[in-house]
Amino acid sequence: MLRPICLLLAAALAVLSAGGAFALEVRVGVIRVDRPQLAPISRLEAWPRDLGFAGGRLADEDNATTGRFLGHAYITETEAVVPDAALAALDRMLGEGLRLFVVLGQADDLLALADRAGDGALVLNAGARETRLRDADCRANLLHVAPSEAMLADAVAEFAIWKKWTRWALISGSHPEDRAMAEAYRRAAAKFGAKIVEERVFEDTGGGRRTDTGHVLVQRQIPVFSEGMRDYDLVIAADASDVFAPYLPFHMWDPRPVMGAAGLRPVSFHAATEAWGATQFQRRFEALTGRQVREEDYQVWLALRVVGEAVTRTDSADPVALRDYMLGPGFELAAFKGQKVTFRDWNGQLRQPILLYDGRINVSVSPQEGFLHQRSPLDTLGLDAPESTCAAFR
Amino acid sequence: MRAIPIALALALALGATGAEANKVFVSNEKGNTVTVIDSDSWQVIDEFAAGNRPRGITISPDGTKLYVCASDDDTVRVFDTATHDELYTLPSGPDPELFVLNHSGNPLYIANEDDNLVTVVDTETHAVLAEIPVGVEPEGMAISPDGRVVVNTSETTNMAHFISTEDYQIHHNILVDQRPRYAEYTADGRKLYVSAEIGGTVSVIDIAEDGTPALVDTIRFDVPGVLPEWLQPVGIRVTSDGKWVFVALGPANRVAVIDAATDEVVDYILVGQRVWQMAFTPDEAFLITTNGNSNDVTVIDVARQKAVRSIQVGQQPWGVAVTPDGTPD
Repeated sequence: MLRPICLLLAAALAVLSAGGAFALEVRVGVIRVDRPQLAPISRLEAWPRDLGFAGGRLADEDNATTGRFLGHAYITETEAVVPDAALAALDRMLGEGLRLFVVLGQADDLLALADRAGDGALVLNAGARETRLRDADCRANLLHVAPSEAMLADAVAEFAIWKKWTRWALISGSHPEDRAMAEAYRRAAAKFGAKIVEERVFEDTGGGRRTDTGHVLVQRQIPVFSEGMRDYDLVIAADASDVFAPYLPFHMWDPRPVMGAAGLRPVSFHAATEAWGATQFQRRFEALTGRQVREEDYQVWLALRVVGEAVTRTDSADPVALRDYMLGPGFELAAFKGQKVTFRDWNGQLRQPILLYDGRINVSVSPQEGFLHQRSPLDTLGLDAPESTCAAFR
Repeated sequence: MRAIPIALALALALGATGAEANKVFVSNEKGNTVTVIDSDSWQVIDEFAAGNRPRGITISPDGTKLYVCASDDDTVRVFDTATHDELYTLPSGPDPELFVLNHSGNPLYIANEDDNLVTVVDTETHAVLAEIPVGVEPEGMAISPDGRVVVNTSETTNMAHFISTEDYQIHHNILVDQRPRYAEYTADGRKLYVSAEIGGTVSVIDIAEDGTPALVDTIRFDVPGVLPEWLQPVGIRVTSDGKWVFVALGPANRVAVIDAATDEVVDYILVGQRVWQMAFTPDEAFLITTNGNSNDVTVIDVARQKAVRSIQVGQQPWGVAVTPDGTPD
């Protein structure tokens, strides 16, 4: 999966058209940490080789178009690495003078990279959902553009409560990521007043993804697995890697809706959303990359737009100045989700609406109507200030 | 001319003086139609097909031609305001949303959201005269009263670009708040208002004698009982005496009334749901608002600053334009 380093010189065009030197050059390193994984459960979801980086290309174009009017040039360097090579990639970029980074990876990758980058650098998390990064494991130089597991679970919970579906059956997988997801839903149930009336664990016994007529067995196994549950309104699936959740809708013993990892899924963005001007984003992305946008692409785009917006308003590329502005009251950004996105100054998490997606359309968008908060309805999603044990931002 | 005695009687009944019958054209974004309302009787007199996703709408200075941005057809459709027949289409570039017509009726300046361009189209020869690169997602369009400057707002770049109508170059850029949707000059050309939908503000830009713009104030909104996130300024109209500014607040379902002397909001008028754009009747007695989520328009009595009636139109009304006085029937 190691890819040659490619420089995205989106600014090059702008240089030509403006016909002059730029007063400010903003250099950002995008690091994607790749792990071996099974093929996707649906061949419609094959991993694109430029996953995440494609969003970066669009952000470069968007930032360069704005920068052209202000004398700001944006240069983004991207690298995909195996986990063991992540620090070496960072060191090389640090050696080139880069101090702004966007990372697609897991929590441990983020912590290692943020700690190595140090206080004089700023790292934007565009992938890791682990709530602990916004809690006990937070870092002052690490801001989170990707929504946390807690935000995603709360987004589902608010919709379920709005529907008055308060009796949940929680089916979770056996991997640590599945257990973390299940814990986020238990926390959401307690927070919003739902009751988990039944819990079952689906053991991952391994094996491949591709079997001819695999549905024949699934059709017999899932009803048996889900037989005899206490009366429930809704199934919550906690399955971080598509081991079983996609099999639950239509195969459960009882006819009940499924949410979470299958059925109605909480996402930061998807290729079908057209609300709030998103059509323009989708068209720009597709024209540039020749494919549809994925969450990772959107999150890298958003991270680089966060940088671009802060540079535009501060006329600076200094990581500390940018971080201060991002966390301050002046920062706000339009993100095609109907309201401005801003940062929580207690743990560096970007506040944002969560789309509830059935695979084809926006079914709803959380926060839901009627869920109020003294600061912003967006703060009903995820860790609120009194809940977060993060101390690095105090 | 036969309608005039009735119109006069109605005008008297409404307390308006000297008003003539005008046609109000409302583009219905989802219904793919234009609804026509008589401004005297306030009755719907026609609804006609207007292409796919009609949004931006304007009328030629002589009142005879109606221009409609058919966003999903990638074209501007031109209709006869008397017969409502489609006359021809103009090249617009992809996904046209808003445009502004030169005071002379020619050319038409169109914002192309997908291509980061403003397209200038000759309304007589139908030729594209210029394509001007602007910021990301160009949207709002305004023309200065002297016709020398066209302003475009770019929604992702968050700027107002000041384009010379002589050389088609950008001469000034002003940073405003998030997602600027609409720009409107005062009649004397000395002030420009720019609404920022996601920023929730209206920027007040002063225009110096030599044409240099400067951001001088930011208007904010606050409605008790309405979440700040829903205060999303979109359409703007300024009375010709420059005294009052009306701002449509989108999903807040209100139009803000601003005293232009102080930039203070003095009132919020409750209208229909998700109010987008607005247009005055030529005598400025009434302001008509399009309400996208309640499928109606609200008529505001401008002098009293009160909503006086609502009229059901097509599905998801978006834009509105009113024929000038003296338009031939």
